[in-house]
Amino acid sequence: MKLLRPLLVFLGLILAWQAAVVATGAPHYILPAPVRVAGALAEHWREILGHGAVTAAEILLGLLLGVLLGCTTALIIAGVRPARRWLLPVLVISQAIPVFALAPVLVLWLGYGLASKVAMATLIIYFPVTAAFYDGLRRTEPGWLDLARTMNGTGLKTLWRIRIPAALPALSSGLRVATAVAPIGAIVGEWVGSSAGLGYMMLQANARMQIDLMFAALFALALLAVGLYAAVDAALKRALPWQAEDGRALD
Amino acid sequence: MPPGSAPRVELHAAGLRYGAATIFEALDLSLPAGRTTCLLGPSGAGKTSLLRLIAGLAHGAQGRAEDEAGDGLDGRIAYLAQQDLLLPWSNVLNNVLLGPRLRNEPVTGALEQRARDLIAQVGLAGREAERPGRLSGGMRQRVALARTLMEDRPVVLMDEPFSALDAITRYRLQDLAAELLRGRTVLLVTHDPLEALRLGHGVRIISGTPARLDAPLAAPGEPPRALDDPEVLRLQAELLRRLVVAQTNHGQGRGSTDT
Repeated sequence: MKLLRPLLVFLGLILAWQAAVVATGAPHYILPAPVRVAGALAEHWREILGHGAVTAAEILLGLLLGVLLGCTTALIIAGVRPARRWLLPVLVISQAIPVFALAPVLVLWLGYGLASKVAMATLIIYFPVTAAFYDGLRRTEPGWLDLARTMNGTGLKTLWRIRIPAALPALSSGLRVATAVAPIGAIVGEWVGSSAGLGYMMLQANARMQIDLMFAALFALALLAVGLYAAVDAALKRALPWQAEDGRALD
Repeated sequence: MPPGSAPRVELHAAGLRYGAATIFEALDLSLPAGRTTCLLGPSGAGKTSLLRLIAGLAHGAQGRAEDEAGDGLDGRIAYLAQQDLLLPWSNVLNNVLLGPRLRNEPVTGALEQRARDLIAQVGLAGREAERPGRLSGGMRQRVALARTLMEDRPVVLMDEPFSALDAITRYRLQDLAAELLRGRTVLLVTHDPLEALRLGHGVRIISGTPARLDAPLAAPGEPPRALDDPEVLRLQAELLRRLVVAQTNHGQGRGSTDT
């Protein structure tokens, strides 16, 4: 049932797609039928795989960098009071500028290669990760902190043994959001200027009226994003087993 | 704890206010060395605040707890709250070892063995590797008791540690706590007169706004006392009578706004 359910959802979506093609009678260069897209996938799978690998690398590197930067920032603003006053406004202002508007600038500065896309993905996930982790660090159960104080715990050890583990569930929801939005950063980066990646492939296919190939690339992108999310979700559940069992104590 | 090593705890002219409300002021309290003092009183009378003040956890409070020589009690107090406060991501052994870990003390084989011995003493041998989420409420509070004993502090402050447990579990844990805490200076906050009489050498009632303590009620013999001890039953009636008076006074002191 665990595997069956997503499979059924997938089949249902394909059926709905086919139904939409039949019902609207849209020409294949507007909305190709699933069979045509499958054909394009079979024909161009090598290309798609190659471009997919580029996009995957951009997303993964962006995730890694964004999570590292976000966690570091959250630790600094949670731990150092003066830093909070200076960094929080900067953080908010940085979010007020739409990341999409920065894409041309990033491409201008970092070039058409991997770097500008990684920077886009990093930027787009930086805020959700920072905000979620900082929130978690701020909301440590006061009883635990009292306990640590009566035990004469050091500030650093209390952070390491209590505040950080206690913030991990909050961080993990931030990571889930980050995983879901990271592909947006990479694709927007590719659209603005690139020579590889699924976003680039989609633009090229569109320009050449290879609409079924465009949809095949889109399909591959969706698969990549869903796969990535599932992997991160599973890893987080494994890493925080106590979170699941907390709700079902024996009495 | 060897006899004579636990200090008397003195609190002089303690005061605490939250905004405009005075919880207590010019309050004196003395906890006899090596004895268990139970603190009873109506809800909201300041029992927990008083305990937190002694623990050094009340912000903006006046007065601090001292021993007979006038020294502070920092590093000599262990604290057991109503919630077990176990860390859900740590197993039983690591929860008991939390104090040394937070103080950056090296966890040697001897220290770990002591933790294992304490876990066995509270009846949880074999459960060392389990996380708290898999334990019942009574077991969790026993782990918390082991963690408190691991600190090996001469003064132990307990805030209704057994109140969330069912009657049988509570009864067993009271016995266990009385045995394991013998010789320490203990303050036990409770709302249960019978618990106070089972575990306390002396019982104090706190009530009123600002809160006042009444004269200590001494219970004879050594805790834990039997529930059917006629003296316990007689004193329970006496305590209940005092509590009813305290509750009435408490309500009047706070005025008609308190419902």
